[in-house]
Amino acid sequence: MPTLRFFRPVSSLTVALLLTACAVPTTPPAGVGAGSVQSSALSSEASRPNAQTPDAILLSQYHWVNRLTWGANSSAMAQARGLGPPALLATLLKPSGAELPAAVASQVQALSISQKPFVPMMQALEQQRRENDALKNDEDKKAAQQAYQQELNRLAREAASRHILRAMYSPNQLHEQMSWFWLNHFSVFQNKANIRAMLGDYEDSAIRPHALGRFRDLLGATTRHPAMLRYLDNEQNAAGRINENLARELMELHTLGADGPYSQKDVQELARVLTGVGSNLLVADAPVRRELQGFYVRRGLFEFHPGRHDFGEKQLLGQAIRQRGLPELDEALDRLARHPATARFISRKLLQFWLADTPPPALLERMSQVFLSSDGDIAATLSVLLSSAEFAAGAGQKFKDPMRYVISALRLAYDDRPILNTGPVINWLNRLGQPLYGRQTPDGWPTDEAAWASPGQMAARFEVARTIGSGSAGLFRPEGQANLEQPAFPQLSNALYHQVLASTLGSGTRAALTQANSPQDWNSFLLSSPEMMRR
Amino acid sequence: MHRRLVMQQFAQAGLALGSSQLLAAGSDRPNFLLVFLRGGYDAAHLLVPVGSSFYYESRPTLAIAKPSADASSALALDSNWGLHPALRETIYPLYQKGQAAFIPFAGTHDTSRSHFETQDSIELGQAPEAGRNYRSGFLNRLAACLRDSNAMAFTDRLPLVLQGDVKVPNTALRTVSKPAVDARQSSVISAMYQGTGLASNVEAGFAVRDEVMREMAAEMDAASRNAISARGFELEARRIARLMKGRYNLGFVDVGGWDTHVAQGGATGQLASRFEELGRGLATFAQEMGAQWRNTTVLVLSEFGRTFRQNGNNGTDHGHGSVYWVLGGSLRGGRVVGEQVAVTQANLFQNRDYPVLNDYRAIIGGLLARQYGLGPTDLNSLFPGAQPSDLALL
Repeated sequence: MPTLRFFRPVSSLTVALLLTACAVPTTPPAGVGAGSVQSSALSSEASRPNAQTPDAILLSQYHWVNRLTWGANSSAMAQARGLGPPALLATLLKPSGAELPAAVASQVQALSISQKPFVPMMQALEQQRRENDALKNDEDKKAAQQAYQQELNRLAREAASRHILRAMYSPNQLHEQMSWFWLNHFSVFQNKANIRAMLGDYEDSAIRPHALGRFRDLLGATTRHPAMLRYLDNEQNAAGRINENLARELMELHTLGADGPYSQKDVQELARVLTGVGSNLLVADAPVRRELQGFYVRRGLFEFHPGRHDFGEKQLLGQAIRQRGLPELDEALDRLARHPATARFISRKLLQFWLADTPPPALLERMSQVFLSSDGDIAATLSVLLSSAEFAAGAGQKFKDPMRYVISALRLAYDDRPILNTGPVINWLNRLGQPLYGRQTPDGWPTDEAAWASPGQMAARFEVARTIGSGSAGLFRPEGQANLEQPAFPQLSNALYHQVLASTLGSGTRAALTQANSPQDWNSFLLSSPEMMRR
Repeated sequence: MHRRLVMQQFAQAGLALGSSQLLAAGSDRPNFLLVFLRGGYDAAHLLVPVGSSFYYESRPTLAIAKPSADASSALALDSNWGLHPALRETIYPLYQKGQAAFIPFAGTHDTSRSHFETQDSIELGQAPEAGRNYRSGFLNRLAACLRDSNAMAFTDRLPLVLQGDVKVPNTALRTVSKPAVDARQSSVISAMYQGTGLASNVEAGFAVRDEVMREMAAEMDAASRNAISARGFELEARRIARLMKGRYNLGFVDVGGWDTHVAQGGATGQLASRFEELGRGLATFAQEMGAQWRNTTVLVLSEFGRTFRQNGNNGTDHGHGSVYWVLGGSLRGGRVVGEQVAVTQANLFQNRDYPVLNDYRAIIGGLLARQYGLGPTDLNSLFPGAQPSDLALL
């Protein structure tokens, strides 16, 4: 265990504050006095700095960084320093080879989802499941099934850990946010069947490569992934035994939107297109009648079984589907991905995630146009949003959902210092009602304020703020190891705070901070403040 | 914060600030608790069709014996039905007092046999042909109909059934711990939100938290004196009763562990243990409600029943018709009610499951109409398009 060093010594002031705070924790918090002096100098409302002052430039930079990342901290501010907003945005929209810091990368690399290739892992698990089912003794069977379930739980937890570590530490912060966004848009529920074992691959092979790429590629990859095919029951969808679940959600939730221009007949027709589209968790290909063998497709776990496919004529959205077999799906997805209703639906969701619960209509229209003209280029569409005047004017307004609240608080608290255990983070997300991969319904988590700001949720959020503010909460105790964690708490009254964060706080919050009677208390109040609930 | 504003905004959600004693004292207001058994419990293992030879043929290793002196045999209810013996000390006495009733062949017309689909169907309670509105659960619509409803979900997150226009708080009671944010800190935090749009939510959030802590104080006191404490659902149910004796009169809780595909057991075993724990919790709830029990109704349901025949793994798979339970201090129970048919192979749904003869929207609507005196307008907003069926249980 390295010695506790919560922040790089950005300035000698930080070091001095840290030492003072740790040495005399019962005295009024170090930093409160200095903080209030600085904050009133920076931002009292009567003397708001005009656009040209260094303070104003720093404040603007803070808002940009705070909104383009999972939350501002000193590292992210350093990354942005010297880049104007356009350059910063361009950098984030085209993630380079920049990788996780070594200490975080090694944690991710140590996960079995990073080491075991997906397809053989799933085949082995399926084999195990079948062997368990064949056990004759009930007690043996129960024990074997429990072990199998525990392995699935472990794999899901690994996926969540990896997601959290990347959100906290990856330099490609826009990409990380869009990965969460699309994971939520193409939501799957971990507790159905064996989806827990598929999450890691779903995220890494179907979502992340396309998160800032082309919508059509993303749609194709998620629709063919075994996690989605299982979650929305398309494995049961066969000619004469239609299951409409995936077909309906493909149009309602993934592309056109619930108010989109499709009918129940279109749902049925798309379901027919999707017949035979499924997965095969066994090593061997499925047997296919000789005359249909040319249509059979197997790629990894994905399988198109022509024996289950309805080869009849189909109409989708007023036009015939011309292809035969699996290519019908590509033709249908092309049509859905390029539909103006999809452009609007996706643009609206992006706006609701990034800017406002009720999107500004003119910006929505501009984004939809670019989505259409760029053939669903996600980065180009996002660029319209993030470089708009509407976005620039929206700082500090959007309410954070629990994921953003927790990750932003931790990024602020620990900056680039790698946590060693994501368990507490997973628990906080559970407690705040937004577990990763835990949305039971296919619509994904809402991102509006009404969904997350209820009385019970606010009270729970303050409890989490208190926990993060007043101790290290097990974040530095690797799972399964003895308690080597030294009692400590993060130092939020740091250089970033004094340089700029303080100037974003209103008088109510500043008054509250002066009432803190320990540094932990001060941290908790800052993390509980109305300003920290929004970005 | 303007106190009056808070009271207005949260009056309906039961978060009006002040003493719970005021509301609770002398109150004859009706209480309703919905208990959702998630996972599809095996109804034929609970309400045993002891009069059916087909039952005994279909479940060679799982069946519960006909009522006899043997402690592992079913408890006699009437000539057709018996009760699982795990409920001997808990639900059976309530049934004998007329405070429990069972509705067999109950459920939805959703035949997906998917836990999620069917749970959603029930919680939303919307007309099957209408598109689903995921922001409108039937208990929330009930809360909107009632003038003095104080609804609460005793769960980690607000369940679908309580989502909707009325602001409903939620708090899980499996583990209750003293809040880390103390009174001084709470008031500092509240002060930060004065004048913001979230002020009333923040204040109400602290109020709910304090209410839970007040009601749990006696229990924590007992625990600190090393009293033997209840565990599992019994503990949860006792805590729910404490809160429902106080401010909250419309509650929801869910209980898991019913998806018994494998080795479900017979008179003893996996499922019997679940029944035992559930029964103990419900009986404790009835007892803890005290004088309020006579105003209280509990409905226990699950998304679907299971296959009537046992499968190859000494378990049962997802089926269709279920058995709903109704408990209450003023119930005209001690009966097995609703539409019924003989339990024979010919009467199975798709030659596999219990049929649904008692639509969930009709029977819950009928029950709630009795409990709250709801008229046709309210009933139609509660369960649009459903014809309530009155089983005269209240």
